[in-house]
Amino acid sequence: MAHPAAPTHAAGASAASESSEQTGLWSWLTTVDHKRIGVLYLYTALFYLMVGGLEAALIRTQLAKPNLHVVSAEFYNQLFTMHGTTMVFLVVMPLSAAFFNYLIPLQIGARDVAFPRLNAFSYWVYALGGLFITLPIFFSVAPNGGWFGYAPLSGPTYSPGFNMDFWVLGLQILGISSLAAAFNFITTIINMRAPGMTLMRMPMFTWMSFVVQFLVVLAFPVITVALFFLQFDRFFGTQFYEIGAGGDPLLWQHLFWIFGHPEVYILILPAFGLVSEVLPTHSRKPLFGYNVMAYSGIMIGFLGFGVWAHHMFAVGMGPVADSIFSVATMLIGLPTGVKIFNWIATMYGGSLRFPTSMKFAIGLIAMFTIGGISGVMHSSPPSDMQQTDTYFIVAHFHYVLYGGAMMGIFAGIYHYYPKMTGHFMSETLGSWQFWLNFVGLNLTFFPMHFSGMLGMPRRVYTYDAGQGWELFNLMSTVGTYMLVLAGIIFAVNFFRSRNRGPLAGNDPWGAPTLEWSIPSPPPEYNFAEIPEVTSRYPMWDLKSPERTAGIQHSHADSATIADAHAVPMHEETVRKTAKELGIPMPFNTFKPFCVALGIIIMLSGLIVLHSGHFALAMTTMLGGTAFMVGSLYAWLTSPLE
Amino acid sequence: MTVSSAAAAAPGAHEAHEHQHYTTTGLDNRKVAIWAFIGSECMLFASLISTYLIYKGRSVVGPFPHEAWTSPSGQKFGAILNIPVTSASTFVLLMSSLAMVLALAAVENKGKPGYEGLLGSSKFWLFATAAMGATFLGFQAYEFTSFVHEGLTIKTNLFGSSFFTLTGFHGTHVAVGVLWLMSLLFMDMKRGLGPKDTLIVDICALYWHFVDVVWIVIFTLVYLIK
Repeated sequence: MAHPAAPTHAAGASAASESSEQTGLWSWLTTVDHKRIGVLYLYTALFYLMVGGLEAALIRTQLAKPNLHVVSAEFYNQLFTMHGTTMVFLVVMPLSAAFFNYLIPLQIGARDVAFPRLNAFSYWVYALGGLFITLPIFFSVAPNGGWFGYAPLSGPTYSPGFNMDFWVLGLQILGISSLAAAFNFITTIINMRAPGMTLMRMPMFTWMSFVVQFLVVLAFPVITVALFFLQFDRFFGTQFYEIGAGGDPLLWQHLFWIFGHPEVYILILPAFGLVSEVLPTHSRKPLFGYNVMAYSGIMIGFLGFGVWAHHMFAVGMGPVADSIFSVATMLIGLPTGVKIFNWIATMYGGSLRFPTSMKFAIGLIAMFTIGGISGVMHSSPPSDMQQTDTYFIVAHFHYVLYGGAMMGIFAGIYHYYPKMTGHFMSETLGSWQFWLNFVGLNLTFFPMHFSGMLGMPRRVYTYDAGQGWELFNLMSTVGTYMLVLAGIIFAVNFFRSRNRGPLAGNDPWGAPTLEWSIPSPPPEYNFAEIPEVTSRYPMWDLKSPERTAGIQHSHADSATIADAHAVPMHEETVRKTAKELGIPMPFNTFKPFCVALGIIIMLSGLIVLHSGHFALAMTTMLGGTAFMVGSLYAWLTSPLE
Repeated sequence: MTVSSAAAAAPGAHEAHEHQHYTTTGLDNRKVAIWAFIGSECMLFASLISTYLIYKGRSVVGPFPHEAWTSPSGQKFGAILNIPVTSASTFVLLMSSLAMVLALAAVENKGKPGYEGLLGSSKFWLFATAAMGATFLGFQAYEFTSFVHEGLTIKTNLFGSSFFTLTGFHGTHVAVGVLWLMSLLFMDMKRGLGPKDTLIVDICALYWHFVDVVWIVIFTLVYLIK
């Protein structure tokens, strides 16, 4: 397929002339530039996607036929636990974070996030925490109690080994990263918008990210507390999850799912935001029902806190609680349905193009709808009683997370790759990847509905022949191999196109928002001059005003602009250095990395404690704490720019 | 509301920080962030307090917070919580909030009439706030030690686990606040804090008051209500 819009000029070609601080390993370890941190998130998360994908491939190989023993049962437990943990915490959330980092400042017309060094800290905590929780699998001591680590199963009595120690501490570490990032992005979106960029003019991706940050801020403290209880039970002998001492076996489940259900929306809303950027661009038509799209995102986030116990219908909470949570869950179908219909209405009557990003975006609409509908099915407790803990549930959440979140993220990668690198990805390889993905994911996950309905429990190590599960399992395994192949094609495309892809100009897709007004890749300061925003679609106002004629505008009038640097909307084509323009840039710094490392060392002390070396454990913990506090003080007392 | 009127509504923000960048709301970024942080902390303490309340009365062995208990082996334990002592430490912590307010006022109005001498000194009030916070921590250390001597540890029963975890988390927050105040005090001694430093003291004050409010909730729900 031809590229929809030929590059208008080759501003991206001059990207190589960066200052010396912008190259080399040290510059990556010390960077505080939101775009470079976004790229770090992207590469790291794609690495973990490979890890999580290999784990999935091993799981499916083990289940290809009845009574196989490809891996041991114990290792299988580690595989499914780490597959879930990796994909949720190390892949989908950080891929979303890659886009938060890269796009939010560009979309709202800012030069960086509110706290650039805190941003670097978030990334390093994630990267080091990811290693902390992933490396044990090479020593066969990876977490093995399921990705939602139900206590008391994950407590000291039933999981005495080191395995769940790594899970408890690893999640605690990753939570720090998410929380720090959320405070940063909330502040950025509230406080760093360009003049004229009102909330109701923000691009839909920024809107959905805004909602997600509030979900993180309110949901993560709950799992933090649940993990602290588990940590204290495991390391200090408390009795929070000890049933014999009167502990409530549902305490963990409630705390976990009060976090866990908003987490579902933390995973999906950024993908919703990305396709809300892709669809209008390639339909060449404004997003249908912008206000309702924003409100429905808020509604989803709000209702997301009131439905956690639908994960627990099988525990016997009684008819009143079951009914309330069932109705609340069905309610969430409304704002989500609104989004689906608005995307379809955005395309309706548009002048459509189908580059790979558009294929993935439409793929999300279709696949997420299937997952959404099976979700409504088990919002009904009687129906859920048949489906809970079977492969039907596995089918459901892979349709929403792979068919939804990952499809949306792939749409985002293909859409924003030209902005990030200055080059297009190959559309031919993109098409191959999309269709293999599309067929592969349906072949993998659709048969799971049937194996689940026939009673196949999730997480089961193997199964006997003659229960009607063989064909469905074989199909799922073949489908998984197709997904692996699609992943390899994506990797080839991703790395080859960085230098070989055709050049993309500022605005390769003819897209409507601010990030397309600046060169690709953007200069370190993003905007040489902060533009004044007068509508939701500034770039279309500039280039194809007929598309935005029906949308409310304010007049560009420099006299009313609060910031003296703001200028009327324009496209930036000349690339100068920050120095030439007199824009102060934050210093690179290694201190956020040191603080992150200190936290990891401090918490590793607890693993040492578990191994019985009291003195060494205390040394590690106190040493880590001292290193963290010292680095933190050095950070806080050194100037930003 | 237009951007310009939002910025005009908070002119002080620009005066106080000459080097501060333009912001949409006119507020400093750090001020917005601390409110988001406090929102998050609310959920942290809500989870801890809820767990304490859910586990109230569920311990299968004593000692208990408000009732005496005789163990199967005949050993007698009194009610654990010592309300008079904790009332005293609560009073100290509440008074520290007053000192914090005065410290902020002293920084904000440094050099103005009415802010002379010891009672107008930000150093004195920052020190007083930190000292009262430290006194509260001293009371807590005494309380924890005496409970352990009376036979209640974090391992004894659900009450011990949830009580020590909840109050321990609060105490850790107080300790962080004391360190923060001492750092401000150190800056004040080294270079002197003035009106342009209002913001950094204000942020610390918001945190400090929040930690105080949480203690009022804990004191009421854990100590006063039987």
